[in-house]
Amino acid sequence: MASVDPSNVGPSSTQTDTAPSTNSTAEDARQEDTTTAATGHDGNAASESKAETKIAVSNLNFWYGDDTHALQDITMNVKANRVTALIGPSGCGKSTLIRCFNRMNELIPNTTLEGSVHVNGQNIYQADPVAVRRHIGMVFQKPNPFPKTIYKNVIWGARINGYTGNEDALVERCLRQAALWDEVKDNLHGSAYNLSGGQQQRLCIARALAVEPDILLMDEPTSALDPVATGKFEDTISELRSEYTIVVVTHSMQQASRVSDETVFLYMGRLIEMGATEQVFTRPQQERTEAYVTGRFG
Amino acid sequence: MSQPSSDASDASMDLSANLYRSPREQLVKYGLGLCAVLTILTTLGIVGILLYESIGFFSQVSVIDFLTGTDWEFAGADPSFGVLPLVSGTLLITGIAAAVAMPIGLASAIYISEYASPGARRWLKPALEVLAGVPTVVYGFFALTFVSGVIIQGFDSTLPPLNALSAGLVVGIMIIPMVASVSEDAIQAVPKSLAAGAYALGATKFEVVLRVIVPAALSGIIASFILALSRAIGETMIVAIAAGATATLTANPLESIQTMTGFIVQVAKGDIDQGTVSYQSLFAVGLLLYLITLGMNLAANWIIRRYRENY
Amino acid sequence: MNDHSAFHPQLDKRRRYGTLIAGLLFAATMLGLLVLATLIVDVVTTGSGWLSKQFLTGYPTARPETSGIWPAIVGSLYLMLVVAATTVPLGVGTALYLEEYADEGGLKRMIQLNITNLAGVPSVVYGILGLGVFVYLFDMGSSLLAAGLTLSLLVLPIVVISAQEALRSIPQGVRESAFALGATRSQVIWHHLIPMALPGIMTGVILSLSRAVGETAPLVLVGASLAINFTPAHLLDDFTALPMLVFQWTEEPGASFQELAAAAIIVLMAFLLLMNLSAILLRNYFEDQLTG
Repeated sequence: MASVDPSNVGPSSTQTDTAPSTNSTAEDARQEDTTTAATGHDGNAASESKAETKIAVSNLNFWYGDDTHALQDITMNVKANRVTALIGPSGCGKSTLIRCFNRMNELIPNTTLEGSVHVNGQNIYQADPVAVRRHIGMVFQKPNPFPKTIYKNVIWGARINGYTGNEDALVERCLRQAALWDEVKDNLHGSAYNLSGGQQQRLCIARALAVEPDILLMDEPTSALDPVATGKFEDTISELRSEYTIVVVTHSMQQASRVSDETVFLYMGRLIEMGATEQVFTRPQQERTEAYVTGRFG
Repeated sequence: MSQPSSDASDASMDLSANLYRSPREQLVKYGLGLCAVLTILTTLGIVGILLYESIGFFSQVSVIDFLTGTDWEFAGADPSFGVLPLVSGTLLITGIAAAVAMPIGLASAIYISEYASPGARRWLKPALEVLAGVPTVVYGFFALTFVSGVIIQGFDSTLPPLNALSAGLVVGIMIIPMVASVSEDAIQAVPKSLAAGAYALGATKFEVVLRVIVPAALSGIIASFILALSRAIGETMIVAIAAGATATLTANPLESIQTMTGFIVQVAKGDIDQGTVSYQSLFAVGLLLYLITLGMNLAANWIIRRYRENY
Repeated sequence: MNDHSAFHPQLDKRRRYGTLIAGLLFAATMLGLLVLATLIVDVVTTGSGWLSKQFLTGYPTARPETSGIWPAIVGSLYLMLVVAATTVPLGVGTALYLEEYADEGGLKRMIQLNITNLAGVPSVVYGILGLGVFVYLFDMGSSLLAAGLTLSLLVLPIVVISAQEALRSIPQGVRESAFALGATRSQVIWHHLIPMALPGIMTGVILSLSRAVGETAPLVLVGASLAINFTPAHLLDDFTALPMLVFQWTEEPGASFQELAAAAIIVLMAFLLLMNLSAILLRNYFEDQLTG
């Protein structure tokens, strides 16, 4: 996988970092001006692009095993303090892509990654993966609270990372941010497993917030929830957007249009289109995008 | 199935024959059922024979004296049947075995399921299983000639060659695979999503393993301990060969002791006359042993069933 | 990536601690295997000098130099025959009843729970059962048959559980398609299920035989002879077996007898190795047949 296919080089990339992440010895090439880098498909969202770039992905390729080329030459920017939705049909690579943003992809054996992901201008694949994950929170498809009390679920990550502040205050603040405080404040030391699915998922947000990340990744966070719980979860996302940069993978176009500011459409491992959500849904530039958002396939 | 046989005008479409009720099918069904019932009969046979002879025993020795007596003298003119020395001997062996097998077995389970590469796992697991396949009489030989004869006597040749320590250590080695394989099942049953959640919070590998996965597998790990200790309590040949044959109430691992199982073998080795109190005492001790191990096995299997339902 | 002031992740320290833990776990795993290696080396170095034709084909005597293990080899083989002849039909029959006939419910659950518990009963308790039922109640005496039946009951749960697993792994479609052709249940079992489950059943049987051949406590309880100078002629004859000789010689005073015990252990372990190897080869052979 070390060979570089010339055709993989994106047309507007200013920098190609195609060293395999597994043995990246290249010097820490800081991208000084990430806002100008690699926004090839971002034409109509020019007015929005004033926002600071939080995550800059360039020429990202990802393989499962030797022959499943799951992500092909992805180049995109995620803007700070916005909600970015990744949409596309099943198997398009959206979950794979979001896992590359906090190096969770590395927990799957036999995978290869090429290209770079910069967060705040720093290549996370040349940083410490554990430190990266601490700064980039993640919420998963199915609620996965630890089999511990609600309180311990929230404080766990903070304790692991040597938190020295007031724990009670941190737990309360995170549970409030996740809009769960009023429901659980009298039962903080009860088992997290006794919460409903929607409550568990909001607990997982609170747990992620407790290590004070500035990015929250959400991988189809409402796919296991009922409509009422989904509505409440989406409200929570809207509350959080002012403080956090949020990337959410969703299979629901309605959800993408409800919660996101930016939308990225992926198809068969390729980035087809990205831009302001309103524009992607009403005036898509690409035929495939239009077919997908109007429900003709996927 | 049960429709009355209407007159079949079309002979080739006679649906009235009921092969499922044919004598042949019934014979097979009930024959196989009989095999299954035999397993129940085995249990009834065990309980029956233990109870039958024990009742004879307890008509001569009171249950209270048996369970609380501190002196075990099964032969001779003035026998005494206080089982506590045998129980304490068993506990001593089990305690030593637990101190060996619980940490090593659990560590092996964690290493094999979380750290070893797939290639290493492929040979580590069967290699550990070999430990469980070695006949116990071979372990007994090893305990007596090597652990006691070479190592312990090597430290201090005045120590008794038959002692609880050498037998207990080797019983511990024997039950490592049981702790390891049941614990490993429990660890594997922990959903991968819990580990993912912990990694996403910036945890390092050992934090994920020791502070999330292992606690989540705790009930299964406890079950593996109970099962393995039950095996240690019932283990016979190692203690019969290496632990000694003197029923002493002691906590000193360097003394010669006797366990419940060791006593049963000692009685059986000699020629014993059916119907004597000494013969019956074997069954009374066997009953106590059976009840203890049965209770532990039921508890462990109950715990295992519960955690299987949880995930 | 600046750390927020309230956090002190101390990643390096945690990493070092993690490396230490991983090292300890690895060392503990290796410790068990190291003991196994020590045991094997100890036995082989102690006993290999005594392995000879005279040792393998001779009879036990009071003097180590002239002792042999032939009656024990024959006795162990006969025991395996008795165990195989009883556990194969009983174990497979029980598994077939539980998997193919029994309704989900009270009786099946009870039998299943009972089998699980039987698997955990100490072998010495099976010995007591054999002593009380086979030796005295059925008046078989301390015979090959009494010991063989005792060992059969001891390993029966292993055969049942492995046969059940083999039957469960057969796709439901096999049964349904045969039923759809008008086969009766016993025809489905005989023509389809038993041939398909055979590798799993045979593996379970071989493993149970290797368990049985190493068992000592039940033999002591039913009163197997220690040293006899004849091979058993019929099922109700007295007998001895390899583990009995190992037991007796280990307890004899004098280094020569312990070396003799080690030599007998080498033979016993070679026996076990052979059986386990054949189980593995059998499984691989059938797996190739099914996939290739």
